Amino acid sequence: MRMQLSRSARDNLTAYTFLAPWLLGFLVLTLYPMIYSLYLSFTEFNILQPPQWIGADNYIAMFGGNDEVRADPRFMNSLWVTFRFVFISVPVKLMFALAVAMLMNQKLRLIPVYRTLYYIPTLLGGSVSIAVLWRRLFAGDGVINQILDLSFGIQGPAWISNPKYALSTLIILAVWQFGSPMIIFLAGLKQIPDEYYESARVDGAGPVRQFLSITLPGLSPIIFFNLVMQMITAFQSFTQAYVISGGQGGPLDSTMFYSLYLYLKGFGFAEMGYASAMAWFLLIMIAVLTAILFRFSGSLVTYGSGE
Amino acid sequence: MTRRTRTRLSRAIANVIIIVLGIGMLYPVAWLVSASFKESNTIFTSPGLWPTAFTLDNYPEGWRGIGIVSFGTFFKNSFMISGLSVLANVIFCSLTAYAFARLRFVGRRVWFTIMLLTLMLPNHVTTIPRYVIFRAFGWIDTILPFVVPRIFATDAFFVFLLVQFIRSLPTELDESAYIDGAGKFGIYTRIILPLTVPALVTTMLFSFLWTWDDFFNQLLFLNSPDKYTVPMGLRLFLDSSGISSWGPMFAMSVLAIVPAFVLFFSLQKYFVQGIATTGIKG
Repeated sequence: MRMQLSRSARDNLTAYTFLAPWLLGFLVLTLYPMIYSLYLSFTEFNILQPPQWIGADNYIAMFGGNDEVRADPRFMNSLWVTFRFVFISVPVKLMFALAVAMLMNQKLRLIPVYRTLYYIPTLLGGSVSIAVLWRRLFAGDGVINQILDLSFGIQGPAWISNPKYALSTLIILAVWQFGSPMIIFLAGLKQIPDEYYESARVDGAGPVRQFLSITLPGLSPIIFFNLVMQMITAFQSFTQAYVISGGQGGPLDSTMFYSLYLYLKGFGFAEMGYASAMAWFLLIMIAVLTAILFRFSGSLVTYGSGE
Repeated sequence: MTRRTRTRLSRAIANVIIIVLGIGMLYPVAWLVSASFKESNTIFTSPGLWPTAFTLDNYPEGWRGIGIVSFGTFFKNSFMISGLSVLANVIFCSLTAYAFARLRFVGRRVWFTIMLLTLMLPNHVTTIPRYVIFRAFGWIDTILPFVVPRIFATDAFFVFLLVQFIRSLPTELDESAYIDGAGKFGIYTRIILPLTVPALVTTMLFSFLWTWDDFFNQLLFLNSPDKYTVPMGLRLFLDSSGISSWGPMFAMSVLAIVPAFVLFFSLQKYFVQGIATTGIKG
């Protein structure tokens, strides 16, 4: 006797066959690791011995410690360094991207060429090559200081090895890569009808007024999107801080990004329980910040009607 | 001043600002290339781009690497990992995307939402358990930790990109193929795949670039120099060679970014499309 599968059962079977690799990957390589790392975050684990349950001690150490658990001020420092990096580099990068996109949006003939050239830093910026270059450009006797000296007579500091300035070189490197948001803004600006600006001019609105009442509202979904994506990416920055600081987050932990500290804890000191706690806190932090941005956007982001 | 001249003037100003700013932005890259042709002891004497003492020696000298392992090995390893990652992503992300975009099944909305959520997930929460798993399998120092996850379509970003693209395709072709007796797999290979080529090219491009530059995972999973990739080789070279060999260091840094340049300039259209339509991070 042959089993007769119903049409919808057969459809489901076919679809799940197509979906099988992803589904398996999600369960084994994403969901299970998430649960496992949540468990590890409550343990002491050095990979060689089985994990030891220590309750919330890892989290307590991260946030000030108590009578039994010693506080880890390096964690708080890495959080602070990362916050400064994210909340300076992302807004500055987006402002740059928007300003350049608006300059280009005046129907310039060379837009395709400009777009290409301005994307080059983004294309290369994540590589070790550029990080190595940056380390030399901003050295005490590096090219940046030579240019400052030759053109303005300023004696620049030893950027990379001075704890006061080291983070700023990483911020500059991040801002330098504004190509992606610029291309997205440019595409968004093209969607705003010219007539809006013309009728605004007829009504006597100046450039500032036009920017505030037409450009910003028109672009707000895109600005919001860029903000969320860039923020999530920036929180996870690793390579550049690693290479520029020689893998140590120095000088004096001034470039100790969250990811870098997590890496050093987990794989340098083999404190994988602690590193897992850090990973989970990062996840929660990103989720909360994204949620806040979404809430906030409800009142500020205008989604166009139609289309 | 008439309206026309004002427009012209503002365009001219925009052009000048963009060009000046552009030169400033590209100067570091130009300096890197020029430094790779300078003798090491003249590199830091002036910020100028034109080499006073031009030399090609940095390239062969750098290529020799750290003695036992040359950059030839690093490039071979990088191309191997990136190439296989591209292949796996193209096949398995498109298979998954086809299911999400075209097939009807119980639980589709839930799984799709979960897939979108994994887009925002910081890798860190899966890194340590994955490391533990791969280590238990004996996969450290092999290409498997890079390639195997791709076979399970874990790069959700490309799944999302391809779903968006496939959804924009008209369904009439699927239907007529169905009437002609094609199964779901036939529709996927004969109708959907050929039409999805632009999005697949974008997938290939960014898969390649992100794998090529993915320093974090390479640092985690590769231990011995003969397994190192180009970024790892550069770092090793930086640590092991003294201050004297900046010329060869920069020469290899230039070679390391050549693949990205070549891809970018030959497939620009797909880059811009990919970024503008989906807002690729970067």
